[in-house]
Amino acid sequence: MVRVENAGTRLGPAPAIEARRLVKWYGSQPALRGIDLVVAPGEVLALFGPNGAGKTTLLRILAGRARPTSGAVQIAGHSLDRDSDGVRRAIGVLGHGHQLYEALTARENLLFSAAMLGLDQPREHVSEVLARVGLEAASEARVRTFSSGMKRRLALAKVMLREPKVILLDEPYASLDLQATKLLEEFILAKKSGGAATILATHNLTMGFGVADRLAILRQGRLVFEGRREETSVEAFRSLFALYGELGAVE
Amino acid sequence: MIGRGAERVLGLLAAFGLLIGLYIGFVYAPPDAVQGEVQRIMYLHVPLILVSYLAFFVVFVMSILYLLRRQERHDAIAHSSAEIGVLFTALAIAAGSIWGRPTWGTWWTWDARLTTTTILLLIFIGYLMLRTLVDDPSRGATFSAVLGIFGFLDIPIIHMSVVWWRTLHQPPSVLRPGPSTVAPDMQVALYTNLAAFVVLYGYFLVKRLRLEEARCELNRLRMEGVE
Amino acid sequence: MIFVGHVMAIARKDLLAEWRNRESFTAMFYFAFLVLFLFNFALGADQALIRGASSGLLWLAFTFTSVLGLGRSVQGELENDCLEGLLLYPTQREAIYLGKLLGNFSVILVVELVILPLFAILYNMDLWSQIPKLLLIAVPGTLGFAAAGTLLSSMTAGLRAREAMLPFLLFPLTIPLILSAVKGTEVVLRGEPFELAMPWVKLIAAFDVVFLVTSLLTFEYLVEE
Repeated sequence: MVRVENAGTRLGPAPAIEARRLVKWYGSQPALRGIDLVVAPGEVLALFGPNGAGKTTLLRILAGRARPTSGAVQIAGHSLDRDSDGVRRAIGVLGHGHQLYEALTARENLLFSAAMLGLDQPREHVSEVLARVGLEAASEARVRTFSSGMKRRLALAKVMLREPKVILLDEPYASLDLQATKLLEEFILAKKSGGAATILATHNLTMGFGVADRLAILRQGRLVFEGRREETSVEAFRSLFALYGELGAVE
Repeated sequence: MIGRGAERVLGLLAAFGLLIGLYIGFVYAPPDAVQGEVQRIMYLHVPLILVSYLAFFVVFVMSILYLLRRQERHDAIAHSSAEIGVLFTALAIAAGSIWGRPTWGTWWTWDARLTTTTILLLIFIGYLMLRTLVDDPSRGATFSAVLGIFGFLDIPIIHMSVVWWRTLHQPPSVLRPGPSTVAPDMQVALYTNLAAFVVLYGYFLVKRLRLEEARCELNRLRMEGVE
Repeated sequence: MIFVGHVMAIARKDLLAEWRNRESFTAMFYFAFLVLFLFNFALGADQALIRGASSGLLWLAFTFTSVLGLGRSVQGELENDCLEGLLLYPTQREAIYLGKLLGNFSVILVVELVILPLFAILYNMDLWSQIPKLLLIAVPGTLGFAAAGTLLSSMTAGLRAREAMLPFLLFPLTIPLILSAVKGTEVVLRGEPFELAMPWVKLIAAFDVVFLVTSLLTFEYLVEE
């Protein structure tokens, strides 16, 4: 059993993401068995782990969508159980479903988001993000007609609208075409230099390594490895992952 | 929660109370001037309905407490009380039906009380069904709590609507304000049985909760073993 | 107010999505028509019987149709995790409930307004002069049904037996509402003075208040995990 190293945060500004002793039970099934996690502003944490390890559960709790059985969460200084609105304002989430309304056009989807976020000058913001993801040409088309790559890009545009300080990505590389993958990578790096903290849960070792500052492995609800990327070579990590993660295997 | 000794006392009290109640109801009280012997079923029917209202009130209170405090104990009491309430309601309807057959000639009449009680039964059967269909127990408890609150709050509205709609049944003898329409001897029988059924409800509740406690203890041990 | 803005944004989004393909509306309209049409055969050709039961038949058609619409509405949110997306906005949960309610209520009401003239034709009734009074009953009645239905459909949406559970939970709870709506409509269709319908209207109003307030208080507990 590898000893979990100290969460290697830099001294300085308060952590953007802080989870303390997170436990989550679904009935009599344990999903998370005591997670301690800290991510500083400007850091990208790549989270690996086999299916069923608890990655999605962890991200849902951090997004305020699931309530932990015990433990505390702070996002950008907002306590999850006392200031959920503050948490929601600070985060951007890309999950499994793209959360788009297929009957509406791309622009209408984004305008709805803008209205719910209370943005001033919604039309300008919407046009801007549509351009950034390369969808201005398709902005008046219904999402139903989009390819899955286009849908993913639109979902990314929704996140861009929020200008989040904390970004939670749950297997975002699934079903992305090349253009969208590049866009996502650029987005993560741009937000990183802007001071946002990101947790990227993925099976994709290459992409994860590409953007991460720190790496972690989640297995059966526990963090079994945590370290800085520069101190870990891909081969060493791969063997660690194989040892603890059973790459891609379902628990 | 309640010690085994107290539980035994409660059980004895319930049995004792039922025996007394049944004696008073079926032997001591005079037969009804109009309906004859069959009217004695009222001593079962009415207390059963009233105690099921009590049971559903407990569901209501526990549901609110569960939503606010999220303590498993509240959910356990709500669940147990709902089960007993459904049981007593079903028995009340059966008793009412048996009462109705010789009195009105049919097994079923759409009279106010019987109809209201049946609606209540449907609502709380739905409550119990909902629990079994939700996989995550805490989510199931939350959904049930909300349903339990709605179900109870609906009772007066159902009551009024059905009463306005139809009245064949005698006016509710216990709940009416003003001089009672029931003879004093019969009142004694009614209240005795009511008390007996309340104790019986309490006994069933304690017993059922003990079952829940055992189940929770089992879960707790599993959780500790795993962490 | 931001709150109202969110409610309107959600309702507008729902109605826009519905307007695009009008699937729900068409299904609901056709279903309501079928119900009214079939009742004619179920009750035989006995015109007197049918006219006597007409208010009940109308509300049976309305409520069954509403259940259809409610189910579809929440289905639309479950696709692609849209409900999850809604819950991630910094919006009060009550605004989400009210927005969905407003959307559901509007669609159901439109279907009812389209069905009423068809009902008048099929059952050979002169409704034109009675429309305002009918609306006095139909609008609050539909609102109550939609309020309870929106709340319950958010409960049953994720369940295995969802198509069966929504009506199974919704109908017993709304019996007093349906009963009152039927009796009130009966008064109007018989041309009796509207004062006779007032007790029923008051009961509908009581139901609406109780269910709306309770829904607003409990909705947030339903959608958090």
